[in-house]
Amino acid sequence: MKSYDIIIVGGGPAGLAAAISAKKEGIDSILMIERDNQLGGILNQCIHNGFGLHTFKEELTGPEYASRFIDQALELNIEYKLQTMVLDITPEKVVTVMNREEGVVQYQAKAVILAMGCRERPRGALNIPGYRPAGIYSAGTAQRLVNMEGFMPGKKCVILGSGDIGLIMARRMTFEGAEVKVVAEVMPFSGGLKRNIVQCLDDYDIPLLLSHTVVDIEGTDRLEAVTIAEVGPDRKAIPGTEQRYECDTLLLSCGLIPENELSKQASVELSPITSGPIVDESLETNVPGIFACGNVLHVHDLVDFVSQEAGLAGANAAKYVKEGGEKGSTIVKINATDGARYTVPSSIHVENMADLLTVRFRVGAVFANKAISVYFNDERVQHRKKQIMAPGEMESVIIQKKQVEAYEGLETITIKIEDYSK
Amino acid sequence: MEERKLTCIGCPLGCQLTVTMENGEVKDVTGNTCPRGAAYARDEVTNPTRVVTSIVKVKGGNLAAVSCKTASVIPKAKIFEILDEIKPVVMEAPVKIGDVVVANVAGTGVDVIATKNIAAI
Repeated sequence: MKSYDIIIVGGGPAGLAAAISAKKEGIDSILMIERDNQLGGILNQCIHNGFGLHTFKEELTGPEYASRFIDQALELNIEYKLQTMVLDITPEKVVTVMNREEGVVQYQAKAVILAMGCRERPRGALNIPGYRPAGIYSAGTAQRLVNMEGFMPGKKCVILGSGDIGLIMARRMTFEGAEVKVVAEVMPFSGGLKRNIVQCLDDYDIPLLLSHTVVDIEGTDRLEAVTIAEVGPDRKAIPGTEQRYECDTLLLSCGLIPENELSKQASVELSPITSGPIVDESLETNVPGIFACGNVLHVHDLVDFVSQEAGLAGANAAKYVKEGGEKGSTIVKINATDGARYTVPSSIHVENMADLLTVRFRVGAVFANKAISVYFNDERVQHRKKQIMAPGEMESVIIQKKQVEAYEGLETITIKIEDYSK
Repeated sequence: MEERKLTCIGCPLGCQLTVTMENGEVKDVTGNTCPRGAAYARDEVTNPTRVVTSIVKVKGGNLAAVSCKTASVIPKAKIFEILDEIKPVVMEAPVKIGDVVVANVAGTGVDVIATKNIAAI
Protein backbone atom coordinates (compact mmCIF):
# COMPACT_ATOMS: atom_id res chain seq x y z
CA MET A 1 0.00 0.00 0.00
CA LYS A 2 1.38 3.40 -0.96
CA SER A 3 1.74 5.71 2.00
CA TYR A 4 1.74 9.46 2.64
CA ASP A 5 2.65 11.47 5.69
CA ILE A 6 -0.53 13.55 5.43
CA ILE A 7 -3.68 12.94 3.41
CA ILE A 8 -6.08 15.86 3.16
CA VAL A 9 -9.69 15.11 2.30
CA GLY A 10 -11.04 18.05 0.30
CA GLY A 11 -9.38 20.67 -1.95
CA GLY A 12 -11.48 23.69 -1.01
CA PRO A 13 -10.28 26.65 1.06
CA ALA A 14 -9.68 24.51 4.17
CA GLY A 15 -7.84 21.71 2.37
CA LEU A 16 -5.67 24.16 0.44
CA ALA A 17 -4.64 26.19 3.50
CA ALA A 18 -3.97 23.02 5.50
CA ALA A 19 -1.81 21.57 2.70
CA ILE A 20 0.19 24.79 2.25
CA SER A 21 0.83 25.09 5.96
CA ALA A 22 1.85 21.43 6.39
CA LYS A 23 4.24 21.76 3.45
CA LYS A 24 5.79 24.91 4.88
CA GLU A 25 6.30 23.03 8.15
CA GLY A 26 8.54 20.63 6.25
CA ILE A 27 6.24 17.76 5.28
CA ASP A 28 6.86 16.74 1.67
CA SER A 29 4.68 13.67 1.43
CA ILE A 30 1.20 15.21 1.18
CA LEU A 31 -1.80 14.12 -0.89
CA MET A 32 -4.86 16.34 -1.25
CA ILE A 33 -7.99 14.67 -2.61
CA GLU A 34 -10.77 16.62 -4.34
CA ARG A 35 -13.94 15.18 -5.87
CA ASP A 36 -14.64 18.10 -8.24
CA ASN A 37 -12.69 18.69 -11.46
CA GLN A 38 -10.77 21.65 -10.01
CA LEU A 39 -9.37 22.86 -6.71
CA GLY A 40 -11.04 25.72 -4.81
CA GLY A 41 -14.25 24.09 -3.61
CA ILE A 42 -17.33 26.20 -3.12
CA LEU A 43 -15.37 29.43 -3.73
CA ASN A 44 -15.49 28.66 -7.46
CA GLN A 45 -19.22 29.37 -7.53
CA CYS A 46 -19.14 32.32 -5.11
CA ILE A 47 -18.47 34.92 -7.79
CA HIS A 48 -19.56 37.88 -5.63
CA ASN A 49 -16.96 40.04 -3.90
CA GLY A 50 -16.22 40.50 -0.21
CA PHE A 51 -13.73 37.65 0.40
CA GLY A 52 -10.32 38.11 1.93
CA LEU A 53 -10.59 41.42 3.77
CA HIS A 54 -8.81 39.92 6.79
CA THR A 55 -6.23 37.87 4.87
CA PHE A 56 -5.34 40.10 1.92
CA LYS A 57 -6.75 43.48 3.05
CA GLU A 58 -8.75 43.72 -0.15
CA GLU A 59 -12.14 42.56 -1.33
CA LEU A 60 -11.79 39.63 -3.69
CA THR A 61 -14.37 37.43 -5.39
CA GLY A 62 -14.49 33.76 -4.39
CA PRO A 63 -12.59 32.44 -7.42
CA GLU A 64 -9.87 35.09 -6.95
CA TYR A 65 -9.48 34.19 -3.27
CA ALA A 66 -9.25 30.51 -4.19
CA SER A 67 -6.69 31.16 -6.91
CA ARG A 68 -4.28 32.81 -4.44
CA PHE A 69 -4.19 29.57 -2.47
CA ILE A 70 -4.25 27.29 -5.54
CA ASP A 71 -1.24 29.17 -6.99
CA GLN A 72 0.66 28.70 -3.72
CA ALA A 73 -0.20 24.99 -3.58
CA LEU A 74 1.02 24.54 -7.16
CA GLU A 75 4.24 26.47 -6.46
CA LEU A 76 4.89 24.25 -3.47
CA ASN A 77 4.35 21.16 -5.67
CA ILE A 78 1.69 19.74 -3.42
CA GLU A 79 0.38 16.49 -4.87
CA TYR A 80 -3.36 16.34 -5.45
CA LYS A 81 -5.97 14.23 -7.21
CA LEU A 82 -9.10 15.63 -8.85
CA GLN A 83 -12.39 13.87 -9.59
CA THR A 84 -11.49 11.46 -6.86
CA MET A 85 -13.87 10.38 -4.10
CA VAL A 86 -12.75 9.26 -0.69
CA LEU A 87 -14.87 6.22 0.14
CA ASP A 88 -13.55 5.32 3.55
CA ILE A 89 -11.14 6.33 6.29
CA THR A 90 -10.31 3.85 9.04
CA PRO A 91 -9.21 4.80 12.58
CA GLU A 92 -5.80 3.36 11.55
CA LYS A 93 -5.81 6.02 8.81
CA VAL A 94 -6.12 3.77 5.80
CA VAL A 95 -7.81 5.96 3.18
CA THR A 96 -9.78 4.29 0.37
CA VAL A 97 -10.27 6.44 -2.72
CA MET A 98 -11.82 5.93 -6.13
CA ASN A 99 -11.50 7.59 -9.52
CA ARG A 100 -11.97 6.70 -13.18
CA GLU A 101 -8.29 6.22 -13.98
CA GLU A 102 -7.15 4.14 -11.04
CA GLY A 103 -10.31 2.47 -9.79
CA VAL A 104 -10.33 1.82 -6.07
CA VAL A 105 -6.99 2.47 -4.33
CA GLN A 106 -5.93 2.44 -0.68
CA TYR A 107 -3.32 4.65 0.93
CA GLN A 108 -1.83 4.54 4.40
CA ALA A 109 -1.54 7.98 6.02
CA LYS A 110 0.35 8.97 9.17
CA ALA A 111 -2.07 11.85 9.65
CA VAL A 112 -5.38 12.74 8.02
CA ILE A 113 -6.90 16.23 7.78
CA LEU A 114 -10.66 16.31 7.34
CA ALA A 115 -11.61 19.28 5.13
CA MET A 116 -14.78 18.10 3.41
CA GLY A 117 -16.82 21.24 4.02
CA CYS A 118 -20.56 21.24 4.49
CA ARG A 119 -23.83 20.62 2.66
CA GLU A 120 -27.06 22.56 2.42
CA ARG A 121 -30.08 21.42 4.38
CA PRO A 122 -32.38 19.84 1.76
CA ARG A 123 -36.14 19.98 1.38
CA GLY A 124 -36.48 16.56 2.96
CA ALA A 125 -34.99 17.86 6.20
CA LEU A 126 -37.35 20.86 6.24
CA ASN A 127 -40.65 18.96 6.08
CA ILE A 128 -42.33 21.31 3.62
CA PRO A 129 -45.72 19.88 2.68
CA GLY A 130 -47.04 19.78 -0.89
CA TYR A 131 -46.17 18.21 -4.22
CA ARG A 132 -42.69 17.34 -5.45
CA PRO A 133 -42.38 19.07 -8.81
CA ALA A 134 -39.18 20.11 -10.61
CA GLY A 135 -37.99 23.64 -9.86
CA ILE A 136 -37.00 23.28 -6.20
CA TYR A 137 -33.28 23.76 -5.66
CA SER A 138 -30.99 24.44 -2.78
CA ALA A 139 -29.61 27.97 -3.21
CA GLY A 140 -26.09 26.61 -3.65
CA THR A 141 -27.17 24.26 -6.45
CA ALA A 142 -28.78 27.18 -8.26
CA GLN A 143 -25.58 29.18 -7.65
CA ARG A 144 -23.49 26.51 -9.33
CA LEU A 145 -25.90 26.24 -12.29
CA VAL A 146 -25.97 30.00 -12.87
CA ASN A 147 -22.36 30.90 -12.11
CA MET A 148 -20.38 27.91 -13.38
CA GLU A 149 -22.52 25.99 -15.81
CA GLY A 150 -24.08 29.11 -17.30
CA PHE A 151 -27.79 28.35 -17.27
CA MET A 152 -30.79 29.60 -15.34
CA PRO A 153 -32.95 27.35 -13.17
CA GLY A 154 -36.09 29.49 -13.71
CA LYS A 155 -37.68 32.86 -14.34
CA LYS A 156 -40.01 33.52 -11.39
CA CYS A 157 -38.42 32.78 -8.10
CA VAL A 158 -39.28 32.54 -4.39
CA ILE A 159 -36.54 32.03 -1.82
CA LEU A 160 -37.05 30.30 1.51
CA GLY A 161 -34.44 31.13 4.13
CA SER A 162 -32.43 34.33 4.44
CA GLY A 163 -29.00 32.80 4.83
CA ASP A 164 -26.26 34.59 2.92
CA ILE A 165 -26.36 32.21 -0.05
CA GLY A 166 -30.11 32.82 -0.47
CA LEU A 167 -29.61 36.59 -0.32
CA ILE A 168 -26.72 36.49 -2.77
CA MET A 169 -28.80 34.33 -5.11
CA ALA A 170 -31.72 36.77 -4.96
CA ARG A 171 -29.40 39.36 -6.52
CA ARG A 172 -27.84 36.92 -8.97
CA MET A 173 -31.22 35.72 -10.27
CA THR A 174 -32.29 39.38 -10.63
CA PHE A 175 -29.09 40.19 -12.55
CA GLU A 176 -29.78 37.31 -14.93
CA GLY A 177 -33.27 38.55 -15.68
CA ALA A 178 -35.40 36.51 -13.27
CA GLU A 179 -38.08 38.03 -11.08
CA VAL A 180 -37.45 37.32 -7.39
CA LYS A 181 -40.82 37.74 -5.73
CA VAL A 182 -40.03 37.34 -2.06
CA VAL A 183 -37.62 35.95 0.51
CA ALA A 184 -39.31 34.21 3.45
CA GLU A 185 -37.50 33.56 6.75
CA VAL A 186 -39.03 31.42 9.50
CA MET A 187 -37.04 33.14 12.27
CA PRO A 188 -37.86 36.67 13.47
CA PHE A 189 -34.37 37.76 12.34
CA SER A 190 -32.28 37.07 9.25
CA GLY A 191 -29.35 34.70 9.38
CA GLY A 192 -27.59 36.75 6.71
CA LEU A 193 -25.25 39.72 6.94
CA LYS A 194 -26.81 43.21 7.03
CA ARG A 195 -24.73 44.15 4.04
CA ASN A 196 -26.32 41.34 2.02
CA ILE A 197 -29.84 42.29 3.05
CA VAL A 198 -29.25 45.87 1.92
CA GLN A 199 -27.21 45.19 -1.21
CA CYS A 200 -29.00 42.05 -2.43
CA LEU A 201 -32.64 42.68 -1.42
CA ASP A 202 -33.25 46.38 -0.61
CA ASP A 203 -31.30 47.55 -3.67
CA TYR A 204 -33.72 45.63 -5.92
CA ASP A 205 -36.91 46.09 -3.87
CA ILE A 206 -37.15 42.39 -3.03
CA PRO A 207 -39.31 41.98 0.08
CA LEU A 208 -38.02 40.01 3.10
CA LEU A 209 -40.78 38.43 5.19
CA LEU A 210 -39.49 37.55 8.67
CA SER A 211 -41.41 34.94 10.71
CA HIS A 212 -42.82 33.46 7.49
CA THR A 213 -42.45 30.04 5.88
CA VAL A 214 -43.62 27.99 2.91
CA VAL A 215 -46.66 25.88 3.83
CA ASP A 216 -47.66 24.50 0.42
CA ILE A 217 -46.07 23.68 -2.91
CA GLU A 218 -48.17 23.35 -6.08
CA GLY A 219 -47.36 21.79 -9.44
CA THR A 220 -47.09 18.22 -10.66
CA ASP A 221 -44.32 18.37 -13.31
CA ARG A 222 -42.97 21.88 -12.75
CA LEU A 223 -43.42 24.13 -9.74
CA GLU A 224 -46.41 26.44 -10.28
CA ALA A 225 -46.88 28.26 -6.99
CA VAL A 226 -45.98 28.25 -3.30
CA THR A 227 -48.05 29.38 -0.35
CA ILE A 228 -46.33 31.40 2.36
CA ALA A 229 -47.80 31.95 5.82
CA GLU A 230 -46.77 33.87 8.90
CA VAL A 231 -45.54 31.78 11.84
CA GLY A 232 -46.03 32.35 15.56
CA PRO A 233 -43.32 32.18 18.24
CA ASP A 234 -43.72 28.38 18.13
CA ARG A 235 -42.74 28.57 14.41
CA LYS A 236 -46.12 27.10 13.44
CA ALA A 237 -48.15 28.67 10.63
CA ILE A 238 -50.91 31.08 11.69
CA PRO A 239 -54.16 30.17 9.89
CA GLY A 240 -55.56 32.99 7.78
CA THR A 241 -52.15 34.53 6.95
CA GLU A 242 -51.54 32.41 3.83
CA GLN A 243 -50.49 34.16 0.63
CA ARG A 244 -50.00 32.44 -2.72
CA TYR A 245 -47.04 33.28 -4.97
CA GLU A 246 -46.92 32.05 -8.56
CA CYS A 247 -43.40 30.92 -9.36
CA ASP A 248 -41.46 28.29 -11.30
CA THR A 249 -38.49 28.16 -8.94
CA LEU A 250 -38.11 27.79 -5.18
CA LEU A 251 -34.62 28.19 -3.71
CA LEU A 252 -33.87 26.84 -0.25
CA SER A 253 -31.29 28.62 1.89
CA CYS A 254 -32.04 27.04 5.23
CA GLY A 255 -28.75 26.26 6.85
CA LEU A 256 -25.58 24.30 6.33
CA ILE A 257 -24.59 20.98 7.85
CA PRO A 258 -20.97 19.78 8.13
CA GLU A 259 -20.48 16.72 5.96
CA ASN A 260 -19.12 14.08 8.29
CA GLU A 261 -20.03 10.68 6.86
CA LEU A 262 -16.34 9.85 6.43
CA SER A 263 -15.52 11.12 9.92
CA LYS A 264 -18.09 8.73 11.38
CA GLN A 265 -16.57 5.83 9.42
CA ALA A 266 -13.24 6.74 11.02
CA SER A 267 -14.86 6.61 14.51
CA VAL A 268 -14.48 10.37 14.96
CA GLU A 269 -16.70 11.65 17.72
CA LEU A 270 -19.10 14.44 16.62
CA SER A 271 -20.66 17.32 18.53
CA PRO A 272 -24.47 17.27 18.52
CA ILE A 273 -24.43 21.09 18.38
CA THR A 274 -22.02 21.78 15.52
CA SER A 275 -22.51 18.38 13.80
CA GLY A 276 -18.72 18.55 13.37
CA PRO A 277 -15.91 16.66 15.11
CA ILE A 278 -15.08 17.41 18.74
CA VAL A 279 -11.51 18.72 18.71
CA ASP A 280 -8.81 19.82 21.13
CA GLU A 281 -6.38 22.76 20.99
CA SER A 282 -4.55 21.12 18.06
CA LEU A 283 -7.83 20.69 16.11
CA GLU A 284 -7.21 16.97 16.57
CA THR A 285 -10.22 14.68 16.95
CA ASN A 286 -10.60 11.82 19.43
CA VAL A 287 -8.83 9.60 16.85
CA PRO A 288 -5.09 10.31 17.20
CA GLY A 289 -3.65 11.78 13.99
CA ILE A 290 -7.02 12.77 12.50
CA PHE A 291 -7.47 16.55 12.38
CA ALA A 292 -10.42 18.68 11.19
CA CYS A 293 -10.79 22.24 9.91
CA GLY A 294 -13.09 24.52 7.97
CA ASN A 295 -16.79 23.95 7.49
CA VAL A 296 -16.59 20.23 8.20
CA LEU A 297 -15.59 21.22 11.75
CA HIS A 298 -18.15 23.99 12.24
CA VAL A 299 -19.85 26.25 9.71
CA HIS A 300 -18.02 29.56 9.26
CA ASP A 301 -19.26 32.88 7.87
CA LEU A 302 -15.88 34.16 6.67
CA VAL A 303 -13.47 32.18 4.53
CA ASP A 304 -10.57 34.12 6.11
CA PHE A 305 -11.23 32.31 9.38
CA VAL A 306 -11.43 28.98 7.54
CA SER A 307 -7.99 29.63 6.09
CA GLN A 308 -6.56 30.57 9.50
CA GLU A 309 -8.06 27.54 11.20
CA ALA A 310 -6.95 25.19 8.41
CA GLY A 311 -3.42 26.62 8.55
CA LEU A 312 -3.31 25.66 12.20
CA ALA A 313 -4.64 22.15 11.49
CA GLY A 314 -1.98 21.71 8.79
CA ALA A 315 0.81 22.84 11.11
CA ASN A 316 -0.42 20.58 13.91
CA ALA A 317 -0.69 17.59 11.59
CA ALA A 318 2.89 18.27 10.47
CA LYS A 319 4.01 18.38 14.10
CA TYR A 320 2.19 15.09 14.74
CA VAL A 321 4.06 13.45 11.85
CA LYS A 322 7.46 14.84 12.90
CA GLU A 323 7.27 14.51 16.67
CA GLY A 324 4.61 11.88 17.26
CA GLY A 325 1.35 12.65 18.95
CA GLU A 326 2.49 12.95 22.56
CA LYS A 327 -0.18 14.79 24.53
CA GLY A 328 0.28 16.44 27.89
CA SER A 329 -1.66 15.07 30.82
CA THR A 330 -3.19 18.37 31.99
CA ILE A 331 -6.55 18.72 30.31
CA VAL A 332 -8.78 21.79 30.65
CA LYS A 333 -12.36 21.57 29.40
CA ILE A 334 -13.97 24.55 27.67
CA ASN A 335 -17.69 24.99 28.33
CA ALA A 336 -20.15 27.24 26.54
CA THR A 337 -23.15 28.39 28.62
CA ASP A 338 -25.57 31.32 29.04
CA GLY A 339 -26.08 32.20 25.39
CA ALA A 340 -22.81 30.77 24.02
CA ARG A 341 -23.78 27.59 22.14
CA TYR A 342 -20.49 25.78 21.58
CA THR A 343 -16.77 26.35 21.38
CA VAL A 344 -14.09 25.12 19.00
CA PRO A 345 -11.89 23.72 20.44
CA SER A 346 -13.73 22.18 23.38
CA SER A 347 -10.70 21.08 25.39
CA ILE A 348 -7.06 22.04 25.86
CA HIS A 349 -4.01 19.89 26.58
CA VAL A 350 -2.13 22.67 28.33
CA GLU A 351 1.33 21.35 27.40
CA ASN A 352 0.38 21.25 23.71
CA MET A 353 -1.26 24.63 23.64
CA ALA A 354 0.11 27.49 21.49
CA ASP A 355 1.07 30.75 23.26
CA LEU A 356 -2.20 32.27 22.09
CA LEU A 357 -5.22 30.07 21.42
CA THR A 358 -8.23 31.39 19.51
CA VAL A 359 -11.45 29.85 20.76
CA ARG A 360 -14.30 30.38 18.31
CA PHE A 361 -17.96 30.13 19.25
CA ARG A 362 -21.47 31.19 18.31
CA VAL A 363 -24.28 32.71 20.33
CA GLY A 364 -27.79 31.25 20.26
CA ALA A 365 -29.80 34.50 19.97
CA VAL A 366 -29.38 38.19 19.24
CA PHE A 367 -27.73 40.02 22.17
CA ALA A 368 -27.44 43.81 22.32
CA ASN A 369 -25.10 45.57 24.79
CA LYS A 370 -24.01 42.42 26.55
CA ALA A 371 -20.54 41.13 27.31
CA ILE A 372 -18.50 38.05 26.49
CA SER A 373 -17.03 36.65 29.70
CA VAL A 374 -14.35 34.03 30.19
CA TYR A 375 -14.16 32.20 33.51
CA PHE A 376 -11.26 30.12 34.84
CA ASN A 377 -13.13 27.74 37.14
CA ASP A 378 -15.43 30.22 38.95
CA GLU A 379 -13.30 33.33 38.53
CA ARG A 380 -13.97 35.77 35.74
CA VAL A 381 -10.74 36.55 33.85
CA GLN A 382 -12.05 38.28 30.69
CA HIS A 383 -15.06 40.55 30.27
CA ARG A 384 -15.55 42.37 26.99
CA LYS A 385 -18.52 44.49 26.00
CA LYS A 386 -20.12 43.84 22.61
CA GLN A 387 -22.65 46.22 21.12
CA ILE A 388 -24.27 43.41 19.20
CA MET A 389 -23.92 39.65 18.87
CA ALA A 390 -26.01 37.49 16.56
CA PRO A 391 -26.14 33.78 15.70
CA GLY A 392 -25.02 34.58 12.16
CA GLU A 393 -21.68 36.02 13.25
CA MET A 394 -18.98 33.84 14.75
CA GLU A 395 -17.33 35.25 17.87
CA SER A 396 -13.96 34.46 19.39
CA VAL A 397 -11.88 34.89 22.51
CA ILE A 398 -8.13 34.51 22.87
CA ILE A 399 -6.70 32.45 25.72
CA GLN A 400 -3.07 32.93 26.79
CA LYS A 401 -1.02 29.85 27.59
CA LYS A 402 0.94 31.78 30.29
CA GLN A 403 -2.27 32.57 32.07
CA VAL A 404 -3.58 29.02 31.83
CA GLU A 405 -0.29 27.59 33.14
CA ALA A 406 -0.15 30.07 36.00
CA TYR A 407 -3.67 29.31 37.19
CA GLU A 408 -3.46 26.79 40.00
CA GLY A 409 -5.99 23.94 39.78
CA LEU A 410 -7.62 25.04 36.52
CA GLU A 411 -10.18 22.46 35.40
CA THR A 412 -12.69 24.30 33.26
CA ILE A 413 -12.77 27.43 31.16
CA THR A 414 -16.30 28.74 30.68
CA ILE A 415 -17.43 31.18 28.00
CA LYS A 416 -20.74 32.93 28.61
CA ILE A 417 -22.77 35.96 27.61
CA GLU A 418 -23.53 38.28 30.54
CA ASP A 419 -24.72 41.77 31.40
CA TYR A 420 -21.86 44.18 31.08
CA SER A 421 -20.41 45.47 34.35
CA LYS A 422 -17.42 47.72 34.76
CA MET B 1 -36.76 69.00 3.13
CA GLU B 2 -36.53 65.39 2.04
CA GLU B 3 -36.06 62.29 4.24
CA ARG B 4 -34.39 59.04 3.22
CA LYS B 5 -34.48 55.85 5.32
CA LEU B 6 -31.52 53.46 5.14
CA THR B 7 -30.21 50.40 6.95
CA CYS B 8 -26.56 50.77 7.93
CA ILE B 9 -24.36 47.92 6.67
CA GLY B 10 -21.35 48.63 8.92
CA CYS B 11 -22.07 45.87 11.45
CA PRO B 12 -24.80 43.41 12.52
CA LEU B 13 -26.50 46.15 14.55
CA GLY B 14 -28.07 47.39 11.29
CA CYS B 15 -29.07 50.83 12.57
CA GLN B 16 -32.12 52.35 10.88
CA LEU B 17 -30.76 55.65 9.60
CA THR B 18 -32.78 58.70 8.64
CA VAL B 19 -31.05 61.18 6.37
CA THR B 20 -32.52 64.66 6.05
CA MET B 21 -31.67 66.38 2.79
CA GLU B 22 -32.26 69.77 1.29
CA ASN B 23 -31.49 70.62 -2.35
CA GLY B 24 -29.38 67.47 -2.67
CA GLU B 25 -27.30 68.31 0.40
CA VAL B 26 -27.22 66.23 3.55
CA LYS B 27 -28.48 68.29 6.48
CA ASP B 28 -28.66 65.64 9.18
CA VAL B 29 -28.24 61.92 9.88
CA THR B 30 -30.06 60.33 12.81
CA GLY B 31 -30.43 56.78 14.10
CA ASN B 32 -26.74 55.94 13.84
CA THR B 33 -24.86 54.53 16.83
CA CYS B 34 -21.37 55.36 15.62
CA PRO B 35 -19.67 57.73 13.15
CA ARG B 36 -19.40 54.96 10.55
CA GLY B 37 -23.19 55.04 10.21
CA ALA B 38 -23.23 58.75 9.43
CA ALA B 39 -20.42 58.40 6.88
CA TYR B 40 -22.18 55.47 5.21
CA ALA B 41 -25.46 57.40 5.04
CA ARG B 42 -23.80 60.45 3.47
CA ASP B 43 -22.11 58.37 0.76
CA GLU B 44 -25.20 56.30 0.12
CA VAL B 45 -27.51 59.26 -0.50
CA THR B 46 -25.06 61.43 -2.44
CA ASN B 47 -23.03 58.92 -4.46
CA PRO B 48 -24.07 55.27 -3.95
CA THR B 49 -21.58 52.86 -5.53
CA ARG B 50 -21.28 49.10 -5.94
CA VAL B 51 -18.94 46.52 -7.41
CA VAL B 52 -20.90 44.52 -10.00
CA THR B 53 -20.11 40.81 -10.31
CA SER B 54 -21.56 38.56 -13.00
CA ILE B 55 -20.57 35.95 -15.59
CA VAL B 56 -20.01 35.80 -19.34
CA LYS B 57 -20.12 32.76 -21.60
CA VAL B 58 -16.81 31.20 -22.57
CA LYS B 59 -16.08 29.00 -25.61
CA GLY B 60 -13.72 26.04 -25.60
CA GLY B 61 -13.03 26.11 -21.87
CA ASN B 62 -13.28 23.66 -18.98
CA LEU B 63 -16.34 25.62 -17.80
CA ALA B 64 -19.23 27.16 -19.75
CA ALA B 65 -18.98 30.52 -17.98
CA VAL B 66 -16.29 32.76 -16.58
CA SER B 67 -16.97 35.05 -13.64
CA CYS B 68 -16.20 38.75 -13.90
CA LYS B 69 -16.41 42.01 -11.93
CA THR B 70 -16.07 45.73 -12.37
CA ALA B 71 -12.43 46.48 -11.54
CA SER B 72 -13.58 49.14 -9.07
CA VAL B 73 -16.84 50.58 -7.79
CA ILE B 74 -19.33 52.03 -10.27
CA PRO B 75 -22.39 54.26 -9.69
CA LYS B 76 -25.29 52.17 -8.43
CA ALA B 77 -27.62 53.64 -11.07
CA LYS B 78 -25.45 52.08 -13.81
CA ILE B 79 -25.78 48.47 -12.64
CA PHE B 80 -28.35 47.27 -15.18
CA GLU B 81 -26.77 49.18 -18.05
CA ILE B 82 -23.49 47.44 -17.21
CA LEU B 83 -25.17 44.03 -17.03
CA ASP B 84 -26.73 44.62 -20.46
CA GLU B 85 -23.28 45.35 -21.91
CA ILE B 86 -21.73 42.30 -20.27
CA LYS B 87 -24.46 39.84 -21.24
CA PRO B 88 -23.77 39.37 -25.01
CA VAL B 89 -19.98 38.96 -24.55
CA VAL B 90 -18.49 35.55 -25.35
CA MET B 91 -14.86 34.96 -24.33
CA GLU B 92 -12.50 32.41 -25.89
CA ALA B 93 -10.62 30.08 -23.57
CA PRO B 94 -8.06 30.29 -22.11
CA VAL B 95 -9.04 33.17 -19.84
CA LYS B 96 -6.83 34.51 -17.06
CA ILE B 97 -7.84 36.41 -13.93
CA GLY B 98 -7.63 40.12 -14.78
CA ASP B 99 -8.30 39.72 -18.55
CA VAL B 100 -10.50 42.57 -19.76
CA VAL B 101 -14.02 41.40 -20.59
CA VAL B 102 -15.47 44.83 -21.45
CA ALA B 103 -13.33 47.98 -21.46
CA ASN B 104 -14.82 51.22 -20.12
CA VAL B 105 -18.14 49.57 -19.44
CA ALA B 106 -21.20 51.80 -19.93
CA GLY B 107 -18.93 54.81 -20.20
CA THR B 108 -17.94 54.59 -16.54
CA GLY B 109 -14.21 54.52 -17.24
CA VAL B 110 -14.10 51.19 -15.38
CA ASP B 111 -13.20 47.87 -17.04
CA VAL B 112 -15.01 44.61 -16.42
CA ILE B 113 -12.34 41.97 -15.75
CA ALA B 114 -12.36 38.18 -15.46
CA THR B 115 -12.11 36.77 -11.93
CA LYS B 116 -11.45 33.12 -12.78
CA ASN B 117 -8.83 31.21 -14.74
CA ILE B 118 -10.43 29.09 -17.47
CA ALA B 119 -8.25 26.49 -19.18
CA ALA B 120 -8.70 25.71 -22.87
CA ILE B 121 -9.69 22.13 -23.63
